[in-house]
Amino acid sequence: MATDIIIHDQKDNVGVVVIEKITSKQDCNCWIMENDSSTNIQSMDEIPLGHKIAMIDLKEGDTILKYGHDIGKVVKSIKKGEHVHVHNVKTKKW
Amino acid sequence: MEIPKSFLGYKRENGRAGTRNHVIILPVDDISNACAEAVANNIKGTIALPHSYGRLQFGADLELHFRTMIGTGSNPNVAAVIVIGIEPKWTKKIVDGIAKTGKPVEGFHIERTGDIGTVMKASKKAQEFVMWASEKQREECPISDLWISVKCGESDTTSGLASNPTVGNLMDKLEPLGVHLCFGETSELTGAEKVCATRGATKEASDKFMKTWSSYNDFILKEATDDLSESQPTAGNIAGGLTTIEEKAFGNFQKIGSCKFVDVLEPAEEPKKGKGLYFMDTSSAAAECVTLQAAAGFNIHLFPTGQGNIVGNPIEPVVKLTANPLTVKGMGEHIDCDVSKILSREMNLSEAGDRLIETTLRVANGRLTCAEALGHKEFVMTKLYRSA
Repeated sequence: MATDIIIHDQKDNVGVVVIEKITSKQDCNCWIMENDSSTNIQSMDEIPLGHKIAMIDLKEGDTILKYGHDIGKVVKSIKKGEHVHVHNVKTKKW
Repeated sequence: MEIPKSFLGYKRENGRAGTRNHVIILPVDDISNACAEAVANNIKGTIALPHSYGRLQFGADLELHFRTMIGTGSNPNVAAVIVIGIEPKWTKKIVDGIAKTGKPVEGFHIERTGDIGTVMKASKKAQEFVMWASEKQREECPISDLWISVKCGESDTTSGLASNPTVGNLMDKLEPLGVHLCFGETSELTGAEKVCATRGATKEASDKFMKTWSSYNDFILKEATDDLSESQPTAGNIAGGLTTIEEKAFGNFQKIGSCKFVDVLEPAEEPKKGKGLYFMDTSSAAAECVTLQAAAGFNIHLFPTGQGNIVGNPIEPVVKLTANPLTVKGMGEHIDCDVSKILSREMNLSEAGDRLIETTLRVANGRLTCAEALGHKEFVMTKLYRSA
């Protein structure tokens, strides 16, 4: 089965789209690299290659985990399956 | 894969080996560029390395200038050097520094002679050097003669997923064979700095890294006017899906695999603690970083890119790899090694690492990189502060 989304670490709450794009309401196959396991998610947005999708509901102030590490904070609540990027996540540095 | 134990390089007088055999015309300062370029135009097979600085610099900034000049001339990819400066004293200082390698080097200063007389004298010597160098043959050299530097650019999330871990896989496989390795990009480890510090081989190396990172971060915080939006991450990074500097940093950090760094180097400082991985304090701008690593003596560079950085260097071949299938499709003439099949899971990381080792050795043996074939020769000096 083709992989649509790759997740670095079991702890991560976002995944990365690895096909040209996923469309809204698409049932996506996800592969978790860390433990070579699989999961599924339905997208809520169209998301292009390389961009992130929320694997769970996230509220303002939550921490985004990728590579199993803190990569920033949620500044606008995000629903499971939505596009995660600069419009709803900011750095905790600088 | 059985990793080859040797490559075909140029053996130099000081025991190092080059992957290239350049004769360079090195201007000491900005106003000597015209002369250096005229000599390189006269004498085929030589290259001029014009740059923007070298006047009225002082203190640590001047020391870095000399270190970069002397290091560039001393790099084993360089067979012989013509140095041209406006004044005799700084010109001689650089000539004397390069001469310690035992390679042919001669300096010329322009004052009291003018451009035309200097071009004539320097051209005669350059012709002698290039004809001498043209007889050098590649010989079998142990793989431990490879000094491999790495830096990523125009990164996106495919960099952290695949092309950077491919470089990490190569490091894990080549480090036990005694190669020298170097990563840098101090500011682009922000967010991953504490994790990176745990990779120091000694407490001393870890402490030195944290001190170096903190000092760079303090400088950025002091000069920053807003949230650095579109500088870090860049607009290209954001278009590729990278959201924050922390995300970029953890992606960047994948390049060192599971290696530990033995020491932290000043910009352009030559490693002195033997084989293994070194961290160098560098800017994260591609050409600045590669120029500093080449000046430290690294003889081949690996450059993973996401959205498609096109940088090259005049003396150190820059091998590009990408995992982004759109970059392979749209700008394939810049990509030496395509690892995009990692994303579709038709290739695993170890296979990608093997493919990169093969590409690296072909380039070490003489195959031109895409950047070389396309004429990329970005030589960019790092300047620490304003001149006096």
